[in-house]
Amino acid sequence: MSTKTINVGYMSRVEGEAALTIKLRGDDVVSAELSIFEPPRLFEAMLRGRLYSEAPDMTARICGICPVAYQMSSCHAMEDALGITISPEIRALRRLLYCGEWIESHVLHMVMLHAPDFFDVPDVAGLAQLHPERVKDALRIKKLGNSILRVLGGREIHPINVKVGGFYKAPTREDLTSLLPELNWALGAAEELLTWGQTFSYPDVAHNYLHVALCHPNEYPLNEGKIVSSAGLSINASDYEQHFAETHEERSNALHTTHRGQTMFCGPLARFVLNYEKLPTRAKEAATRAGVNPNCRNPFKSLLVRGVETIFALDEAIRVVEAYEPPTRAFETATPRAGVGCAATEAPRGLLYHRYHLDDSGLITDAKIVPPTSQNQRVMEEDLYRMGKMLAALPSETARKRAEQAIRNYDPCISCATHFLDLRVERV
Amino acid sequence: MSHRPKIAVWKQSSCDGCQLSLLDCEDELLAVLGAVDLAYFPEATSTEKKGPYDVSLVEGSITMPHDVERIKKIRAESKVLVTIGACATSGGIQALRNFRNHAEMMAIVYARPDYIQSLATSTPIADHVPVDYELRGCPISKEQLLEVLTALVNGRSPRLPRHPVCLECKIKGHVCVMVAHQTPCLGPVTHAGCGALCPGYSRGCYGCFGPSDDPKTSPLAKRFLAQGVPAEQVGRLFLTFNANAPPFKAEGLLHGGVESKSAPPTNGGK
Repeated sequence: MSTKTINVGYMSRVEGEAALTIKLRGDDVVSAELSIFEPPRLFEAMLRGRLYSEAPDMTARICGICPVAYQMSSCHAMEDALGITISPEIRALRRLLYCGEWIESHVLHMVMLHAPDFFDVPDVAGLAQLHPERVKDALRIKKLGNSILRVLGGREIHPINVKVGGFYKAPTREDLTSLLPELNWALGAAEELLTWGQTFSYPDVAHNYLHVALCHPNEYPLNEGKIVSSAGLSINASDYEQHFAETHEERSNALHTTHRGQTMFCGPLARFVLNYEKLPTRAKEAATRAGVNPNCRNPFKSLLVRGVETIFALDEAIRVVEAYEPPTRAFETATPRAGVGCAATEAPRGLLYHRYHLDDSGLITDAKIVPPTSQNQRVMEEDLYRMGKMLAALPSETARKRAEQAIRNYDPCISCATHFLDLRVERV
Repeated sequence: MSHRPKIAVWKQSSCDGCQLSLLDCEDELLAVLGAVDLAYFPEATSTEKKGPYDVSLVEGSITMPHDVERIKKIRAESKVLVTIGACATSGGIQALRNFRNHAEMMAIVYARPDYIQSLATSTPIADHVPVDYELRGCPISKEQLLEVLTALVNGRSPRLPRHPVCLECKIKGHVCVMVAHQTPCLGPVTHAGCGALCPGYSRGCYGCFGPSDDPKTSPLAKRFLAQGVPAEQVGRLFLTFNANAPPFKAEGLLHGGVESKSAPPTNGGK
């Protein structure tokens, strides 16, 4: 029986360094391997001996694409350890900041990293030649996401205004209302972007995944909620490590997250499936028009779900801005004490868990960080297995591109996933 | 420089934020992509053209054994090599390993550190090959990035500031956070480029653009201590995002604060 290998030496349009190898025998996938050669940066070790207040700025440097996610998970975990309750005003501002990151990151992924696959062009410049108006609109929406980060956070990448307990400085009402005209424009433009996305040709695949996401009683999740799964799990972040483990398989160098031995799936599609009813009407209607509903199990349609979540984030940003009154205090004061704190928030790519142990002077003695990409690592490879027959039937170059596209469904952020290396899964 | 310079963007050990700054130039992006021949930039394009290149932008620090050979090859293929960001110009935050036991740190994070080939140090690109221009910052300023690209497209030298953040702060008219609130601030010894962002948000500069030219770190550290800042905190302030930059490293190590307060390596069995 003939064998062939699909090999992508250096994956493009993902954040970080990875390679992909799929071995086929006839129609069967013999092995699918996502090799990560992103250098380890040892954040969990570097954090030891640092003051609790340094964690938001330090962990932001794990990822230039989703620094706010790291700042949010670390702040909430530290507040848990130190017994700090933030005010409703700070909570709303944090949601706004997160919306900025979701908008920026989602549109970056949809149009600049993922959409080129559907048109067989190498990049956004190629896409701009085919669809100049959509690309211009997308860049303008992305810029608006960055504007939120700039106004509230000080800058787009590694914002400087976030601290444990709140913000260094609260914005004025005018700082935020100045964003409203562009936010209102962007809501319409994002709907058009989603309508355009619906015209793409999606491979007809589906699988009954174990979805995992935060779930809040009455809002679409960003900063807080229970960790829930499509199999009925509902736990607090403090119980995360009892249910999710980073395992080390005998035949593998891999460290990947599983839920009680099962492969999990986090990120936009999981959030959407588990939280659909919390979306604002406008986002639900846009989803319906785009043909995605909570029964969607096609990972390629994550692109559309990012579009739906972009509409949610714009709608939520408008809601927060319109209701905003500057808080009397920009932050709650922290008093160092010994303790343990955990938190999970929803990074654009999915669940981001942090745990810290502090000594009585507030120094970090132990830190654990589980990024979304290491939680999705196993499902990415399993998708490649499932696509085996489809890939085997395609010419090599097309199969290679399709395999890369399947990985891009998860918008993997390899820079984040500081602890996965040379994964090998073999099922001969 | 040719009319449409052939540009490559490379990554070593880093967070991707500095190369993302190019994609964050939303207003200018399509114009930039029209003005240059983007020959290699895997984060943004599947196009892959072989060298030589007119300009290489290099993000990240040297932390892996193969990085050293790789950067030499990049240098040999590049007419102009520009390092972008704190990792490439000083070793970045991951250079904190330079002051600790590397094997112990690996054991804290990984169950089988022996599987991983990682150097005990994180070093800047200029420690290994000659560098033509440096863009500081964690992350870089996208305005400075555009200035470098514009200059190189037009065949002139980029105009980059050499003064400290403190001067930018005065130009902006911010209230001095050191004088008014006794907040420790690295503005007097930190390279300009951020626009004095932190003092504008009522916090002290944390030095993410690294040391300015001839920084007077000693009197500043003495001032922090006189204000009652604990010595270890003074050490940590210098030893964060540009910990391996010589002036910050020398001052920081005088005060301590970076030695590991180790608990048993609970993460190491993952």
